[in-house]
Amino acid sequence: MRSLRTAESRVNALFFLIFLVLCLAFLFPIYSLLLASFRPGRDLMRFGITVKTLIPDNLSLKYLASLLTARAGAYTVWYRNSLILVVMQTGLSLFFSSLVGYGLAVYEFKGRRLLFSLVLLVLVVPIQILILPLYSLLIFFKSMNTFWGIVAPFVVSPFAVFFFRQYAIGIPTDFIDAGRIDGLREGGIFFRVIAPLMKPAFGAMAILTALQSWNNFLWPLIVLRTGDMFTLPIGLASLLSPYGNNYDMLISGSLMATLPILIVFFIFQRYFIAGLTTGGIKG
Amino acid sequence: MRRSIGSARFSPYLFVLPFIVTFLVFYLYPLVSTVIMSFQEIVPGQTHWIGTLNYERLLNPFMYTAIWNSFRYTVFTILILIPIPVLLAVMLNRPGNPANVVFRGAMFLPTLVSVVVAGTIIRLLFAGSPAAIVNTILHPLGIKPTDWLLGGSASAMTLLVGMAMWRWTGVNIVYFMSGLQSIPRDLYEAADIDGASAWYKLFRVTVPLLKPTIIFVTTISVFGGFAMFEESYILWAGQSGGGSPNNVGLTMVGYIYLKGFQGGALGLGSAIGMILLAIVLGVSFLVLNLFGFFKRDEA
Repeated sequence: MRSLRTAESRVNALFFLIFLVLCLAFLFPIYSLLLASFRPGRDLMRFGITVKTLIPDNLSLKYLASLLTARAGAYTVWYRNSLILVVMQTGLSLFFSSLVGYGLAVYEFKGRRLLFSLVLLVLVVPIQILILPLYSLLIFFKSMNTFWGIVAPFVVSPFAVFFFRQYAIGIPTDFIDAGRIDGLREGGIFFRVIAPLMKPAFGAMAILTALQSWNNFLWPLIVLRTGDMFTLPIGLASLLSPYGNNYDMLISGSLMATLPILIVFFIFQRYFIAGLTTGGIKG
Repeated sequence: MRRSIGSARFSPYLFVLPFIVTFLVFYLYPLVSTVIMSFQEIVPGQTHWIGTLNYERLLNPFMYTAIWNSFRYTVFTILILIPIPVLLAVMLNRPGNPANVVFRGAMFLPTLVSVVVAGTIIRLLFAGSPAAIVNTILHPLGIKPTDWLLGGSASAMTLLVGMAMWRWTGVNIVYFMSGLQSIPRDLYEAADIDGASAWYKLFRVTVPLLKPTIIFVTTISVFGGFAMFEESYILWAGQSGGGSPNNVGLTMVGYIYLKGFQGGALGLGSAIGMILLAIVLGVSFLVLNLFGFFKRDEA
Protein backbone atom coordinates (compact mmCIF):
# COMPACT_ATOMS: atom_id res chain seq x y z
CA MET A 1 0.00 0.00 0.00
CA ARG A 2 2.79 2.35 0.94
CA SER A 3 4.73 1.77 -2.28
CA LEU A 4 1.52 2.32 -4.25
CA ARG A 5 1.10 5.70 -2.66
CA THR A 6 4.66 6.80 -3.40
CA ALA A 7 4.17 5.69 -6.99
CA GLU A 8 0.98 7.74 -7.09
CA SER A 9 2.69 10.86 -5.79
CA ARG A 10 5.54 10.38 -8.23
CA VAL A 11 3.05 10.36 -11.10
CA ASN A 12 1.44 13.49 -9.67
CA ALA A 13 4.79 15.24 -9.49
CA LEU A 14 5.65 14.20 -13.04
CA PHE A 15 2.31 15.46 -14.38
CA PHE A 16 2.74 18.70 -12.46
CA LEU A 17 6.12 19.23 -14.12
CA ILE A 18 4.79 18.43 -17.60
CA PHE A 19 1.93 20.89 -17.22
CA LEU A 20 4.17 23.56 -15.76
CA VAL A 21 6.43 23.42 -18.82
CA LEU A 22 3.43 23.27 -21.20
CA CYS A 23 1.74 26.25 -19.57
CA LEU A 24 4.88 28.34 -19.70
CA ALA A 25 5.13 27.51 -23.42
CA PHE A 26 1.47 28.49 -23.95
CA LEU A 27 1.85 31.76 -22.05
CA PHE A 28 5.19 32.66 -23.63
CA PRO A 29 3.73 34.32 -26.79
CA ILE A 30 1.47 36.51 -24.64
CA TYR A 31 4.42 37.46 -22.43
CA SER A 32 6.48 38.36 -25.48
CA LEU A 33 3.67 40.56 -26.83
CA LEU A 34 3.46 42.29 -23.45
CA LEU A 35 7.14 43.23 -23.50
CA ALA A 36 7.13 44.02 -27.23
CA SER A 37 4.50 46.70 -26.60
CA PHE A 38 7.10 48.78 -24.78
CA ARG A 39 9.62 48.68 -27.63
CA PRO A 40 10.01 50.31 -31.06
CA GLY A 41 7.80 48.50 -33.59
CA ARG A 42 10.10 49.00 -36.57
CA ASP A 43 12.96 47.05 -34.94
CA LEU A 44 10.55 44.30 -33.95
CA MET A 45 9.20 43.93 -37.47
CA ARG A 46 12.74 43.77 -38.86
CA PHE A 47 14.45 41.46 -36.36
CA GLY A 48 11.48 39.77 -34.73
CA ILE A 49 11.25 39.12 -31.02
CA THR A 50 14.81 38.45 -29.86
CA VAL A 51 16.35 37.29 -26.60
CA LYS A 52 17.09 40.92 -25.81
CA THR A 53 13.46 42.03 -26.18
CA LEU A 54 12.38 39.34 -23.72
CA ILE A 55 14.38 40.85 -20.86
CA PRO A 56 12.23 43.39 -19.08
CA ASP A 57 14.43 46.46 -19.08
CA ASN A 58 14.62 49.71 -21.05
CA LEU A 59 10.85 49.67 -21.35
CA SER A 60 9.22 52.79 -22.71
CA LEU A 61 5.60 53.78 -22.37
CA LYS A 62 5.69 56.07 -25.36
CA TYR A 63 4.54 53.40 -27.83
CA LEU A 64 1.43 52.70 -25.80
CA ALA A 65 0.83 56.43 -25.30
CA SER A 66 1.13 57.03 -29.04
CA LEU A 67 -1.98 54.91 -29.58
CA LEU A 68 -4.05 57.89 -28.48
CA THR A 69 -2.50 60.35 -30.87
CA ALA A 70 -0.96 58.56 -33.88
CA ARG A 71 -2.79 58.95 -37.19
CA ALA A 72 -5.18 61.48 -35.69
CA GLY A 73 -6.44 59.00 -33.12
CA ALA A 74 -7.42 56.25 -35.59
CA TYR A 75 -6.84 53.60 -32.93
CA THR A 76 -9.37 55.14 -30.54
CA VAL A 77 -11.92 55.21 -33.36
CA TRP A 78 -11.38 51.47 -34.00
CA TYR A 79 -11.71 50.80 -30.29
CA ARG A 80 -14.99 52.70 -30.10
CA ASN A 81 -16.32 50.90 -33.20
CA SER A 82 -15.45 47.51 -31.71
CA LEU A 83 -17.23 48.42 -28.48
CA ILE A 84 -20.36 49.58 -30.32
CA LEU A 85 -20.43 46.34 -32.31
CA VAL A 86 -19.99 44.18 -29.22
CA VAL A 87 -22.99 45.84 -27.59
CA MET A 88 -25.16 45.62 -30.74
CA GLN A 89 -24.24 42.04 -31.54
CA THR A 90 -24.46 40.70 -27.99
CA GLY A 91 -27.74 42.46 -27.22
CA LEU A 92 -29.51 41.40 -30.39
CA SER A 93 -28.13 37.87 -30.44
CA LEU A 94 -29.10 37.18 -26.82
CA PHE A 95 -32.59 38.58 -27.33
CA PHE A 96 -33.44 36.65 -30.49
CA SER A 97 -31.51 33.46 -29.77
CA SER A 98 -33.07 33.04 -26.33
CA LEU A 99 -36.58 33.45 -27.82
CA VAL A 100 -35.87 30.79 -30.43
CA GLY A 101 -34.16 28.43 -28.01
CA TYR A 102 -37.04 28.70 -25.55
CA GLY A 103 -39.62 28.21 -28.30
CA LEU A 104 -37.88 25.04 -29.46
CA ALA A 105 -37.60 23.74 -25.92
CA VAL A 106 -41.07 24.14 -24.44
CA TYR A 107 -43.59 24.02 -27.29
CA GLU A 108 -44.79 21.07 -29.26
CA PHE A 109 -45.62 22.26 -32.77
CA LYS A 110 -45.50 21.18 -36.39
CA GLY A 111 -42.02 21.57 -37.81
CA ARG A 112 -40.22 21.73 -34.47
CA ARG A 113 -37.95 18.79 -35.27
CA LEU A 114 -37.16 20.14 -38.72
CA LEU A 115 -36.30 23.56 -37.30
CA PHE A 116 -34.02 22.07 -34.68
CA SER A 117 -32.19 20.01 -37.31
CA LEU A 118 -31.75 23.20 -39.34
CA VAL A 119 -30.24 24.92 -36.28
CA LEU A 120 -27.72 22.08 -36.00
CA LEU A 121 -27.01 22.24 -39.73
CA VAL A 122 -26.34 25.98 -39.61
CA LEU A 123 -24.17 25.37 -36.58
CA VAL A 124 -21.71 23.22 -38.54
CA VAL A 125 -21.77 24.71 -42.06
CA PRO A 126 -18.96 27.26 -42.15
CA ILE A 127 -20.08 30.76 -43.02
CA GLN A 128 -17.01 31.13 -45.26
CA ILE A 129 -18.83 29.18 -47.97
CA LEU A 130 -21.66 31.72 -48.09
CA ILE A 131 -19.72 34.97 -47.96
CA LEU A 132 -20.00 35.71 -51.69
CA PRO A 133 -23.81 35.60 -51.89
CA LEU A 134 -24.06 37.34 -48.50
CA TYR A 135 -21.89 40.08 -49.96
CA SER A 136 -24.22 40.41 -52.97
CA LEU A 137 -27.16 40.52 -50.58
CA LEU A 138 -25.55 43.32 -48.60
CA ILE A 139 -24.97 45.36 -51.75
CA PHE A 140 -28.64 44.80 -52.64
CA PHE A 141 -29.74 46.07 -49.21
CA LYS A 142 -27.28 48.99 -49.51
CA SER A 143 -25.70 47.94 -46.20
CA MET A 144 -22.04 47.78 -47.17
CA ASN A 145 -19.72 49.61 -44.79
CA THR A 146 -22.35 49.72 -42.02
CA PHE A 147 -22.51 48.08 -38.60
CA TRP A 148 -25.97 46.72 -39.43
CA GLY A 149 -24.44 44.87 -42.35
CA ILE A 150 -22.05 43.12 -39.99
CA VAL A 151 -24.68 42.26 -37.39
CA ALA A 152 -27.81 41.47 -39.41
CA PRO A 153 -26.89 38.05 -40.85
CA PHE A 154 -25.93 36.80 -37.39
CA VAL A 155 -28.67 38.15 -35.10
CA VAL A 156 -29.73 34.57 -34.44
CA SER A 157 -26.72 32.56 -33.37
CA PRO A 158 -27.26 28.82 -33.85
CA PHE A 159 -24.87 28.06 -31.02
CA ALA A 160 -26.75 30.34 -28.62
CA VAL A 161 -30.09 28.87 -29.74
CA PHE A 162 -28.78 25.40 -29.00
CA PHE A 163 -27.46 26.51 -25.62
CA PHE A 164 -30.67 28.29 -24.56
CA ARG A 165 -32.74 25.32 -25.69
CA GLN A 166 -30.70 22.92 -23.56
CA TYR A 167 -31.02 25.26 -20.62
CA ALA A 168 -34.77 25.83 -21.03
CA ILE A 169 -35.46 22.08 -21.23
CA GLY A 170 -34.09 21.80 -17.69
CA ILE A 171 -36.58 24.31 -16.28
CA PRO A 172 -39.57 22.57 -14.63
CA THR A 173 -42.83 23.14 -16.52
CA ASP A 174 -44.47 24.12 -13.21
CA PHE A 175 -43.08 27.60 -13.69
CA ILE A 176 -44.82 27.91 -17.04
CA ASP A 177 -48.08 26.56 -15.63
CA ALA A 178 -47.90 28.98 -12.71
CA GLY A 179 -47.48 31.83 -15.18
CA ARG A 180 -50.57 30.70 -17.08
CA ILE A 181 -52.62 30.50 -13.90
CA ASP A 182 -51.55 34.06 -13.15
CA GLY A 183 -53.07 34.98 -16.50
CA LEU A 184 -49.83 35.81 -18.29
CA ARG A 185 -49.66 35.47 -22.07
CA GLU A 186 -46.99 33.26 -23.65
CA GLY A 187 -44.69 36.25 -24.22
CA GLY A 188 -45.22 37.45 -20.66
CA ILE A 189 -44.33 34.01 -19.32
CA PHE A 190 -41.03 34.13 -21.16
CA PHE A 191 -40.04 37.67 -20.22
CA ARG A 192 -41.35 37.74 -16.64
CA VAL A 193 -40.93 34.14 -15.48
CA ILE A 194 -38.45 32.22 -17.63
CA ALA A 195 -35.91 34.86 -18.63
CA PRO A 196 -35.01 35.67 -14.99
CA LEU A 197 -34.53 31.94 -14.38
CA MET A 198 -32.14 31.74 -17.33
CA LYS A 199 -29.79 34.40 -15.99
CA PRO A 200 -26.76 32.05 -15.83
CA ALA A 201 -27.37 31.04 -19.45
CA PHE A 202 -27.55 34.70 -20.47
CA GLY A 203 -24.30 35.35 -18.60
CA ALA A 204 -22.43 32.54 -20.32
CA MET A 205 -23.74 33.44 -23.78
CA ALA A 206 -23.12 37.18 -23.28
CA ILE A 207 -19.46 36.54 -22.58
CA LEU A 208 -19.01 34.13 -25.47
CA THR A 209 -20.88 36.31 -27.99
CA ALA A 210 -19.02 39.41 -26.90
CA LEU A 211 -15.70 37.61 -27.33
CA GLN A 212 -16.64 36.40 -30.81
CA SER A 213 -17.80 39.87 -31.81
CA TRP A 214 -14.67 41.55 -30.43
CA ASN A 215 -12.41 39.17 -32.39
CA ASN A 216 -14.62 38.80 -35.49
CA PHE A 217 -12.50 39.13 -38.61
CA LEU A 218 -13.58 37.68 -41.97
CA TRP A 219 -17.05 39.20 -42.30
CA PRO A 220 -16.08 42.71 -41.11
CA LEU A 221 -13.09 42.51 -43.48
CA ILE A 222 -15.55 42.21 -46.35
CA VAL A 223 -18.21 44.63 -45.10
CA LEU A 224 -16.08 47.51 -43.85
CA ARG A 225 -14.57 49.72 -46.56
CA THR A 226 -13.35 52.91 -44.86
CA GLY A 227 -10.96 53.50 -41.97
CA ASP A 228 -13.50 55.41 -39.89
CA MET A 229 -15.68 52.27 -39.75
CA PHE A 230 -12.87 49.77 -39.02
CA THR A 231 -12.98 47.58 -35.94
CA LEU A 232 -9.82 46.72 -33.98
CA PRO A 233 -8.99 43.47 -35.85
CA ILE A 234 -9.57 45.07 -39.26
CA GLY A 235 -7.63 48.20 -38.34
CA LEU A 236 -4.71 46.23 -36.92
CA ALA A 237 -4.62 43.94 -39.97
CA SER A 238 -4.44 47.00 -42.22
CA LEU A 239 -1.15 47.92 -40.51
CA LEU A 240 0.53 44.68 -41.61
CA SER A 241 1.62 46.17 -44.93
CA PRO A 242 5.35 45.93 -45.77
CA TYR A 243 5.47 49.67 -46.45
CA GLY A 244 3.76 50.49 -43.19
CA ASN A 245 5.21 52.98 -40.77
CA ASN A 246 2.87 52.30 -37.90
CA TYR A 247 4.26 49.12 -36.41
CA ASP A 248 4.17 50.70 -32.93
CA MET A 249 0.44 50.99 -33.36
CA LEU A 250 0.22 47.38 -34.58
CA ILE A 251 2.10 45.84 -31.66
CA SER A 252 1.05 48.03 -28.74
CA GLY A 253 -2.43 48.10 -30.26
CA SER A 254 -2.50 44.30 -30.31
CA LEU A 255 -1.80 44.26 -26.59
CA MET A 256 -4.48 46.81 -25.80
CA ALA A 257 -6.98 44.89 -27.95
CA THR A 258 -6.26 41.70 -26.00
CA LEU A 259 -6.10 43.11 -22.48
CA PRO A 260 -9.85 43.63 -21.91
CA ILE A 261 -10.57 40.02 -22.91
CA LEU A 262 -7.94 38.69 -20.52
CA ILE A 263 -9.39 40.78 -17.67
CA VAL A 264 -12.93 39.59 -18.39
CA PHE A 265 -11.65 36.02 -18.54
CA PHE A 266 -9.99 36.25 -15.15
CA ILE A 267 -13.20 37.56 -13.59
CA PHE A 268 -15.66 35.23 -15.34
CA GLN A 269 -13.56 32.11 -16.04
CA ARG A 270 -16.36 29.87 -14.78
CA TYR A 271 -18.83 31.24 -17.34
CA PHE A 272 -16.41 30.82 -20.22
CA ILE A 273 -15.99 27.13 -19.56
CA ALA A 274 -19.70 26.67 -18.84
CA GLY A 275 -20.57 28.40 -22.11
CA LEU A 276 -18.46 25.94 -24.04
CA THR A 277 -19.61 22.78 -22.36
CA THR A 278 -23.07 23.08 -20.80
CA GLY A 279 -25.71 21.44 -22.84
CA GLY A 280 -23.04 18.87 -23.33
CA ILE A 281 -22.01 16.86 -26.31
CA LYS A 282 -23.27 13.64 -24.92
CA GLY A 283 -24.08 12.19 -28.35
CA MET B 1 -42.72 16.57 -20.52
CA ARG B 2 -43.59 18.98 -23.31
CA ARG B 3 -47.25 19.41 -24.04
CA SER B 4 -49.05 21.09 -26.86
CA ILE B 5 -50.98 24.09 -25.75
CA GLY B 6 -54.34 24.61 -27.37
CA SER B 7 -54.74 28.30 -26.61
CA ALA B 8 -51.29 29.09 -27.94
CA ARG B 9 -51.32 27.72 -31.45
CA PHE B 10 -49.46 30.56 -33.04
CA SER B 11 -47.19 31.76 -30.28
CA PRO B 12 -44.62 28.95 -30.75
CA TYR B 13 -44.11 30.20 -34.29
CA LEU B 14 -43.67 33.76 -33.05
CA PHE B 15 -40.86 32.57 -30.79
CA VAL B 16 -39.00 30.75 -33.57
CA LEU B 17 -39.80 33.34 -36.25
CA PRO B 18 -36.41 35.13 -35.95
CA PHE B 19 -34.66 31.90 -36.83
CA ILE B 20 -37.00 31.11 -39.72
CA VAL B 21 -36.47 34.57 -41.22
CA THR B 22 -32.68 34.65 -40.84
CA PHE B 23 -32.42 31.07 -42.07
CA LEU B 24 -34.37 31.84 -45.24
CA VAL B 25 -32.66 35.16 -45.97
CA PHE B 26 -29.10 34.55 -44.80
CA TYR B 27 -28.61 30.79 -45.27
CA LEU B 28 -31.05 29.21 -47.70
CA TYR B 29 -31.13 32.07 -50.20
CA PRO B 30 -27.32 32.44 -50.26
CA LEU B 31 -26.92 28.68 -50.64
CA VAL B 32 -29.31 28.56 -53.59
CA SER B 33 -27.76 31.63 -55.12
CA THR B 34 -24.26 30.12 -54.82
CA VAL B 35 -25.45 27.15 -56.84
CA ILE B 36 -26.96 29.41 -59.49
CA MET B 37 -24.05 31.86 -59.64
CA SER B 38 -21.56 29.04 -60.07
CA PHE B 39 -23.05 28.46 -63.54
CA GLN B 40 -23.03 32.13 -64.46
CA GLU B 41 -20.67 34.80 -65.66
CA ILE B 42 -21.43 37.91 -63.61
CA VAL B 43 -20.37 41.28 -64.93
CA PRO B 44 -21.99 44.39 -63.42
CA GLY B 45 -25.17 45.03 -65.37
CA GLN B 46 -25.25 41.77 -67.25
CA THR B 47 -25.36 38.19 -66.13
CA HIS B 48 -25.48 35.19 -68.39
CA TRP B 49 -25.39 31.43 -68.15
CA ILE B 50 -22.15 29.77 -69.14
CA GLY B 51 -22.86 26.16 -68.17
CA THR B 52 -20.00 24.41 -66.44
CA LEU B 53 -17.31 26.79 -67.72
CA ASN B 54 -16.53 28.10 -64.20
CA TYR B 55 -15.84 24.57 -63.03
CA GLU B 56 -13.67 23.85 -66.07
CA ARG B 57 -11.69 27.01 -65.34
CA LEU B 58 -10.94 25.61 -61.90
CA LEU B 59 -8.92 22.74 -63.36
CA ASN B 60 -5.80 24.81 -62.77
CA PRO B 61 -2.67 24.57 -60.56
CA PHE B 62 -3.88 27.33 -58.18
CA MET B 63 -7.01 25.38 -57.34
CA TYR B 64 -5.02 22.18 -56.84
CA THR B 65 -2.63 24.00 -54.50
CA ALA B 66 -5.54 25.50 -52.57
CA ILE B 67 -7.24 22.12 -52.13
CA TRP B 68 -3.95 20.42 -51.20
CA ASN B 69 -3.11 23.09 -48.60
CA SER B 70 -6.58 23.02 -47.02
CA PHE B 71 -6.54 19.23 -47.00
CA ARG B 72 -3.08 18.95 -45.40
CA TYR B 73 -3.94 21.58 -42.81
CA THR B 74 -7.13 19.72 -41.86
CA VAL B 75 -5.38 16.35 -41.61
CA PHE B 76 -2.49 17.71 -39.52
CA THR B 77 -4.71 19.64 -37.13
CA ILE B 78 -6.92 16.58 -36.58
CA LEU B 79 -3.98 14.21 -36.10
CA ILE B 80 -2.46 16.54 -33.50
CA LEU B 81 -5.39 18.34 -31.93
CA ILE B 82 -7.44 15.25 -31.03
CA PRO B 83 -5.01 12.71 -29.42
CA ILE B 84 -2.90 15.23 -27.50
CA PRO B 85 -5.83 17.13 -25.93
CA VAL B 86 -7.49 13.78 -25.05
CA LEU B 87 -4.34 12.71 -23.23
CA LEU B 88 -3.95 16.09 -21.50
CA ALA B 89 -7.63 16.08 -20.49
CA VAL B 90 -7.25 12.63 -18.93
CA MET B 91 -4.14 13.80 -17.08
CA LEU B 92 -5.88 16.96 -15.83
CA ASN B 93 -8.91 14.96 -14.77
CA ARG B 94 -6.97 13.08 -12.05
CA PRO B 95 -8.18 14.15 -8.63
CA GLY B 96 -5.96 15.63 -5.97
CA ASN B 97 -4.10 18.33 -7.84
CA PRO B 98 -5.46 21.82 -7.12
CA ALA B 99 -3.11 23.38 -9.70
CA ASN B 100 -5.02 21.65 -12.51
CA VAL B 101 -7.60 24.45 -12.68
CA VAL B 102 -4.79 26.97 -13.19
CA PHE B 103 -3.17 24.76 -15.85
CA ARG B 104 -6.44 24.40 -17.73
CA GLY B 105 -6.97 28.17 -17.59
CA ALA B 106 -3.45 28.92 -18.82
CA MET B 107 -3.79 26.60 -21.81
CA PHE B 108 -7.21 28.05 -22.58
CA LEU B 109 -5.92 31.64 -22.63
CA PRO B 110 -4.62 31.66 -26.27
CA THR B 111 -8.19 30.90 -27.44
CA LEU B 112 -9.18 34.40 -26.35
CA VAL B 113 -6.57 36.10 -28.51
CA SER B 114 -7.91 37.29 -31.87
CA VAL B 115 -6.50 35.77 -35.05
CA VAL B 116 -4.97 39.12 -36.00
CA VAL B 117 -3.07 39.44 -32.73
CA ALA B 118 -2.08 35.75 -32.75
CA GLY B 119 -0.78 36.06 -36.31
CA THR B 120 1.18 39.18 -35.44
CA ILE B 121 2.83 37.45 -32.47
CA ILE B 122 3.67 34.39 -34.60
CA ARG B 123 5.21 36.64 -37.24
CA LEU B 124 7.40 38.26 -34.58
CA LEU B 125 8.45 34.99 -32.93
CA PHE B 126 9.14 33.25 -36.24
CA ALA B 127 10.75 36.26 -37.93
CA GLY B 128 13.35 35.51 -40.60
CA SER B 129 16.32 37.15 -38.89
CA PRO B 130 18.90 34.87 -37.19
CA ALA B 131 18.37 36.85 -33.97
CA ALA B 132 14.64 36.06 -33.80
CA ILE B 133 13.76 33.90 -30.83
CA VAL B 134 12.66 30.73 -32.62
CA ASN B 135 15.72 30.72 -34.86
CA THR B 136 17.89 31.36 -31.78
CA ILE B 137 16.38 28.42 -29.90
CA LEU B 138 16.67 26.07 -32.87
CA HIS B 139 20.24 27.03 -33.71
CA PRO B 140 21.93 24.75 -31.10
CA LEU B 141 19.81 21.89 -32.41
CA GLY B 142 21.55 22.22 -35.76
CA ILE B 143 18.68 23.92 -37.59
CA LYS B 144 19.87 26.85 -39.68
CA PRO B 145 18.10 30.21 -39.38
CA THR B 146 14.98 29.98 -41.52
CA ASP B 147 12.74 32.56 -43.07
CA TRP B 148 9.64 30.76 -41.84
CA LEU B 149 7.11 32.84 -43.76
CA LEU B 150 8.94 32.75 -47.08
CA GLY B 151 10.87 29.52 -46.69
CA GLY B 152 8.60 27.29 -48.73
CA SER B 153 5.63 25.00 -48.33
CA ALA B 154 6.83 22.92 -45.36
CA SER B 155 7.76 25.86 -43.13
CA ALA B 156 4.52 27.66 -44.08
CA MET B 157 2.46 24.64 -43.03
CA THR B 158 4.50 24.37 -39.81
CA LEU B 159 3.53 27.94 -38.93
CA LEU B 160 -0.15 27.39 -39.70
CA VAL B 161 -0.39 24.13 -37.77
CA GLY B 162 1.70 25.56 -34.91
CA MET B 163 -0.65 28.51 -34.66
CA ALA B 164 -3.66 26.16 -34.59
CA MET B 165 -2.01 24.13 -31.81
CA TRP B 166 -1.38 27.23 -29.75
CA ARG B 167 -4.92 28.54 -30.20
CA TRP B 168 -7.06 25.40 -30.04
CA THR B 169 -5.41 22.91 -27.65
CA GLY B 170 -7.10 24.56 -24.66
CA VAL B 171 -10.60 24.50 -26.17
CA ASN B 172 -10.33 20.85 -27.11
CA ILE B 173 -9.11 20.02 -23.61
CA VAL B 174 -12.22 21.70 -22.22
CA TYR B 175 -14.45 19.70 -24.59
CA PHE B 176 -12.80 16.41 -23.67
CA MET B 177 -12.84 17.17 -19.94
CA SER B 178 -16.58 17.78 -20.11
CA GLY B 179 -16.90 14.48 -21.98
CA LEU B 180 -14.95 12.72 -19.24
CA GLN B 181 -17.46 13.96 -16.65
CA SER B 182 -20.12 11.69 -18.15
CA ILE B 183 -18.07 8.49 -17.77
CA PRO B 184 -19.28 6.62 -14.66
CA ARG B 185 -16.63 6.32 -11.95
CA ASP B 186 -17.49 2.71 -11.12
CA LEU B 187 -16.22 1.57 -14.53
CA TYR B 188 -12.73 2.56 -13.41
CA GLU B 189 -13.23 0.94 -10.01
CA ALA B 190 -14.25 -2.28 -11.77
CA ALA B 191 -11.17 -2.07 -13.97
CA ASP B 192 -9.00 -1.50 -10.88
CA ILE B 193 -10.40 -4.60 -9.21
CA ASP B 194 -9.53 -6.56 -12.35
CA GLY B 195 -5.99 -5.20 -12.01
CA ALA B 196 -6.12 -3.23 -15.28
CA SER B 197 -3.14 -1.03 -16.15
CA ALA B 198 -3.42 2.72 -16.75
CA TRP B 199 -2.97 2.20 -20.50
CA TYR B 200 -5.65 -0.48 -20.57
CA LYS B 201 -8.05 1.86 -18.80
CA LEU B 202 -7.20 4.67 -21.24
CA PHE B 203 -7.73 2.66 -24.41
CA ARG B 204 -10.47 0.23 -23.29
CA VAL B 205 -12.57 2.47 -21.04
CA THR B 206 -11.85 6.17 -21.55
CA VAL B 207 -11.40 6.42 -25.33
CA PRO B 208 -14.42 4.25 -26.28
CA LEU B 209 -16.70 6.14 -23.88
CA LEU B 210 -15.32 9.47 -25.05
CA LYS B 211 -16.34 8.60 -28.62
CA PRO B 212 -19.28 11.03 -28.89
CA THR B 213 -17.03 13.93 -27.90
CA ILE B 214 -14.26 12.74 -30.22
CA ILE B 215 -16.76 12.55 -33.10
CA PHE B 216 -18.02 16.05 -32.30
CA VAL B 217 -14.53 17.59 -32.12
CA THR B 218 -13.40 15.78 -35.28
CA THR B 219 -16.42 17.04 -37.19
CA ILE B 220 -15.96 20.68 -36.20
CA SER B 221 -12.24 20.28 -37.00
CA VAL B 222 -13.04 19.06 -40.52
CA PHE B 223 -15.32 22.04 -41.14
CA GLY B 224 -12.95 24.49 -39.47
CA GLY B 225 -9.87 23.08 -41.20
CA PHE B 226 -11.25 23.25 -44.73
CA ALA B 227 -12.69 26.71 -44.04
CA MET B 228 -9.35 28.08 -42.81
CA PHE B 229 -8.44 31.43 -44.33
CA GLU B 230 -7.95 34.15 -41.71
CA GLU B 231 -4.73 32.64 -40.35
CA SER B 232 -3.04 32.57 -43.72
CA TYR B 233 -4.43 36.00 -44.59
CA ILE B 234 -2.79 37.50 -41.51
CA LEU B 235 0.51 35.64 -41.80
CA TRP B 236 1.06 36.68 -45.40
CA ALA B 237 -0.90 39.95 -45.43
CA GLY B 238 1.01 42.65 -47.20
CA GLN B 239 3.65 40.40 -48.75
CA SER B 240 4.74 41.79 -52.07
CA GLY B 241 2.14 40.76 -54.61
CA GLY B 242 -0.49 40.62 -51.89
CA GLY B 243 -0.16 36.94 -51.07
CA SER B 244 2.15 34.17 -49.98
CA PRO B 245 5.11 33.33 -52.29
CA ASN B 246 4.30 30.40 -54.59
CA ASN B 247 0.91 30.29 -52.85
CA VAL B 248 2.30 28.32 -49.89
CA GLY B 249 -0.52 29.76 -47.76
CA LEU B 250 -3.30 29.63 -50.35
CA THR B 251 -6.41 27.84 -49.03
CA MET B 252 -9.76 27.19 -50.67
CA VAL B 253 -11.48 30.08 -48.89
CA GLY B 254 -8.41 32.18 -49.71
CA TYR B 255 -9.00 31.36 -53.37
CA ILE B 256 -12.67 32.42 -53.03
CA TYR B 257 -11.48 35.70 -51.52
CA LEU B 258 -8.88 36.19 -54.26
CA LYS B 259 -11.23 35.48 -57.18
CA GLY B 260 -14.58 36.60 -55.77
CA PHE B 261 -13.70 39.74 -53.86
CA GLN B 262 -10.36 40.95 -55.20
CA GLY B 263 -10.94 39.70 -58.75
CA GLY B 264 -14.67 40.44 -58.85
CA ALA B 265 -15.43 37.04 -60.42
CA LEU B 266 -18.52 36.13 -58.39
CA GLY B 267 -19.39 33.17 -60.61
CA LEU B 268 -15.96 31.59 -60.38
CA GLY B 269 -15.82 32.28 -56.62
CA SER B 270 -19.18 30.55 -56.19
CA ALA B 271 -17.92 27.51 -58.10
CA ILE B 272 -14.99 27.28 -55.65
CA GLY B 273 -17.50 27.56 -52.81
CA MET B 274 -19.55 24.68 -54.25
CA ILE B 275 -16.49 22.45 -54.51
CA LEU B 276 -15.51 23.37 -50.95
CA LEU B 277 -19.01 22.50 -49.72
CA ALA B 278 -18.94 19.18 -51.56
CA ILE B 279 -15.53 18.28 -50.13
CA VAL B 280 -16.47 19.26 -46.57
CA LEU B 281 -19.73 17.30 -46.64
CA GLY B 282 -18.02 14.32 -48.28
CA VAL B 283 -15.13 14.22 -45.82
CA SER B 284 -17.31 14.64 -42.74
CA PHE B 285 -19.60 11.88 -44.04
CA LEU B 286 -16.55 9.63 -44.43
CA VAL B 287 -15.31 10.52 -40.96
CA LEU B 288 -18.69 9.84 -39.36
CA ASN B 289 -18.91 6.55 -41.26
CA LEU B 290 -15.46 5.61 -40.02
CA PHE B 291 -16.65 6.09 -36.44
CA GLY B 292 -19.70 3.91 -37.11
CA PHE B 293 -21.95 6.88 -36.45
CA PHE B 294 -24.66 5.85 -38.90
CA LYS B 295 -24.65 2.21 -37.85
CA ARG B 296 -25.34 3.19 -34.28
CA ASP B 297 -28.34 5.21 -35.41
CA GLU B 298 -29.93 2.18 -37.07
CA ALA B 299 -29.46 -0.05 -34.03
